[in-house]
Amino acid sequence: MALVLAALVLLPIYWLGFTSFTDDARHFTLAHYRRLAVDRSFLEPFWVTLWTSAAVGFLCVAFAAPMAWLVARTDLPGKRLLRMLVLASFATPPFLGAFAWVLLGGPNAGLLNHGYYALFGLKPFEATPLVDIFSAWGIVFVTALYTFPYVFTFVATSLDLIPSELEEASAILGAPAWRTALDVTLPLVTPALMAGFLVAFLQSMTLFGPAAILALPASIDTMTTKIWSLFQFPPKLGLAAAASLPLLVITAVLLRVQASIMGRRGYSVVGGKSTGQRLIRLGPWKVVALAPFALVLACSVLLPYGVLTWTAFVKNYSAPMAGNFSFDNWRFVFLEFSQTKLALVNTFALGASAATAGTILATTIGYLSLRRLVWGHRALAFLATAPVAIPGIVLAVGLFLSYTHPPLVLYGTLTIIFLAYLTKEMPVGYQQVASALKSVHPELEDASRIFGATRLRALFDITAPLIRNGVIATWLFIFIGSIRELSATILLFTANTKTVSVTMFDLRESNDWGPIAVLSITMLLITFAMIAAINFFNDRRLA
Amino acid sequence: MKPMRRIMLAALAAAVAGALPAAAQDKALVAAAEKEGSVAWYTSVDVKVAEAVKEDFHRKYPKIDVEVERSGSERVYQRVNQEHQSGIKHADLVNTSDSTHFIEWKKEGMLAKYVPAGVDKVPAEYRDPEGYYATWRATLCVMGYNTNIVPPDQVPRGYKDLLEPKWKGKLTKAHPSYSGTSLTGTYAVAKLLGWDYFEKLAKQGVQQLQSTTATPKSIASGERAVMVDGNEYNMFIEIDKKSPVKIIYPVEGTPFVSSPVAVFKDAPHPNAARLFADFLFSTKVQQFLVDKGGLRSVVPGVKDPAGRTPLKDIKVIPDDPAGMLPQVEDIKKKYAAIFGGGK
Repeated sequence: MALVLAALVLLPIYWLGFTSFTDDARHFTLAHYRRLAVDRSFLEPFWVTLWTSAAVGFLCVAFAAPMAWLVARTDLPGKRLLRMLVLASFATPPFLGAFAWVLLGGPNAGLLNHGYYALFGLKPFEATPLVDIFSAWGIVFVTALYTFPYVFTFVATSLDLIPSELEEASAILGAPAWRTALDVTLPLVTPALMAGFLVAFLQSMTLFGPAAILALPASIDTMTTKIWSLFQFPPKLGLAAAASLPLLVITAVLLRVQASIMGRRGYSVVGGKSTGQRLIRLGPWKVVALAPFALVLACSVLLPYGVLTWTAFVKNYSAPMAGNFSFDNWRFVFLEFSQTKLALVNTFALGASAATAGTILATTIGYLSLRRLVWGHRALAFLATAPVAIPGIVLAVGLFLSYTHPPLVLYGTLTIIFLAYLTKEMPVGYQQVASALKSVHPELEDASRIFGATRLRALFDITAPLIRNGVIATWLFIFIGSIRELSATILLFTANTKTVSVTMFDLRESNDWGPIAVLSITMLLITFAMIAAINFFNDRRLA
Repeated sequence: MKPMRRIMLAALAAAVAGALPAAAQDKALVAAAEKEGSVAWYTSVDVKVAEAVKEDFHRKYPKIDVEVERSGSERVYQRVNQEHQSGIKHADLVNTSDSTHFIEWKKEGMLAKYVPAGVDKVPAEYRDPEGYYATWRATLCVMGYNTNIVPPDQVPRGYKDLLEPKWKGKLTKAHPSYSGTSLTGTYAVAKLLGWDYFEKLAKQGVQQLQSTTATPKSIASGERAVMVDGNEYNMFIEIDKKSPVKIIYPVEGTPFVSSPVAVFKDAPHPNAARLFADFLFSTKVQQFLVDKGGLRSVVPGVKDPAGRTPLKDIKVIPDDPAGMLPQVEDIKKKYAAIFGGGK
């Protein structure tokens, strides 16, 4: 197991490191790093990447943490619907959101700006647009919209697991709700907040889609678009490898920081199942409490889905309704376009296989490392979370370098993309399984063993049923993460291993919005059908 | 099948294969192609034009599937070379709007010698003398504008007019690291006006898109008012769709862009590739490209539809692949330094 993981993660990194220090003739050189350190065309993207990622992290925490608290701790109405919409944001690929926001927030033809100009009697090109999505803030905005569910889920899960007794004690002692939230709840969820911020930061740093879709038109590069550009023929592999290693280092450092914070706090307030939670009554504040949900979910789900649906059924998205309606885009995508069927089949085959393999691997590793059952469990945990530090596109380079020469030539096969997805989703899978496992205090297993059960028996009878939902969630997470993957696929695909995401990216480069909208809707429908099916199945098993 | 074409194809087939009777050879090619069952066509032509050509071929030869792999010229070049270097044999024939690719591929020995039926009639400047490739389609790299946004008396006449302050934030342009047409256009304009023209242009807040098929769609949607470079054929398509756009042929000159077709030596479906190449140069397809695709054809006998400015009335800057070839990397690098999005 450890060997599989090591091969998955270390081989690409080894090749990245090796390539970054060698020239074309494989002689040692520092030229690549020298160029990175002095060339403004690399320093600027690096800076843009850092500040946009930090902004995404803050934005996510600022919105998602209060939202999670409201859902977990108050009698907010419509929670089920709200949670579903948050899940929908999570299931929406960020690049797809970026497509939708081009249609909504393009400064002159964007439909939101159209509405804004019409409302105030302004004229495009003359007035300042309400939203200019083609900017660095555009990346921050769109990335945050589709990254906040991570923070929301972390905080909400953590709140679900912390018994509300502590908060009730605070309330009984006379503290108002806000005081309890700040003094008691906030410190308890700080690890979740930190974890959420980090994941948001790292997601943003490693995403390719929103940057390529929103920033390139404004002549802004980020590290991911820069690295991608280095693969224009003839590729500059050494430079690309060197450009990616700083990102790896940053992430390793941040993960260490996170681990030490979490380690110091080291409390385990969760043991067995806690009693029912008392909810804070919002009363007339309900309306205010719903406002951030309305804002965020409108921007992440309602408006984008609306504009994609509109675009799919019209000839020109920015033209008025009269005479614009048409099924042309649907006919084109499903009857004429050569790529559709191949891309759909590839995408779902990859998603299902990566999810299944990933769940098995993550569960095993999670159990071994969290229960400290094997020597080197720390290294295992690090290896499982390390890929979050590798931008998809850089992982792709690493895989490309590892598997384009004997003994194992995988370039041009679905296997290399499968390996990319498996590696890339490992941290998410591991986090999922780990958080499920952490919620099961070892004392439950210990109790079972005191009564004479073997470790395996305890695992199957006690732990497995308790983490079953977590494992199913892990499968789902990896599946959804895989079918929307663009950053790594963009370098690893070949003509017959194309996925839906890459196909859509190709269509974007020629501004074919109608077919993009049709493919987006198809992808979303299939994703939601999967989620519904798994939820149904899950409910049945629990009943 | 037109008799003329049948004779030419037969003659060609006979030249290749020797003594077989003509019709039998024609049939033999079709039979062999049908046995292969599919053909992978890498192209940079607008995806809807490509799929329409595919449909037409499929209707004629229902047993042969065409897989269209469309991207920008420079991206197609990247994919072809990356696959070639990794030993993947998937592409059967290729078409890009950067003629230097064909010089390179020929030099690398990647192309098959094949003169599709009818190509011997094409003027010599549009085909390789040794028969490795020929211009399948041509277009001009034009400017254009949205008629709802730009009043008639304000329409820019050429590249230099775009530097006026009033165009700030209103321009859109394709990228030479993606688009062969944009690359050809950039080469021509840089030669004409110098690189400081692009430096000044960048200060105008240009929306930097990738494909020259994208810029006409951008001005049609009203996202930008004026297009610095774009395909003439996509402009014709938009105009046929009644989009509010018009073409500008810049006073400084309009770059001409040839897009050759070639069959790969290692094509996994060699017969289907040759049959498809024949089909691509048939008068029917060429006339379709011109009528519905808005393209220019170099195949004799194909007529421009009414209402389009004939080539002879446009101040055209001929393309110059041999002159451009040594400068390609430099153009892309300089351009990316000014507009981003490159190495």
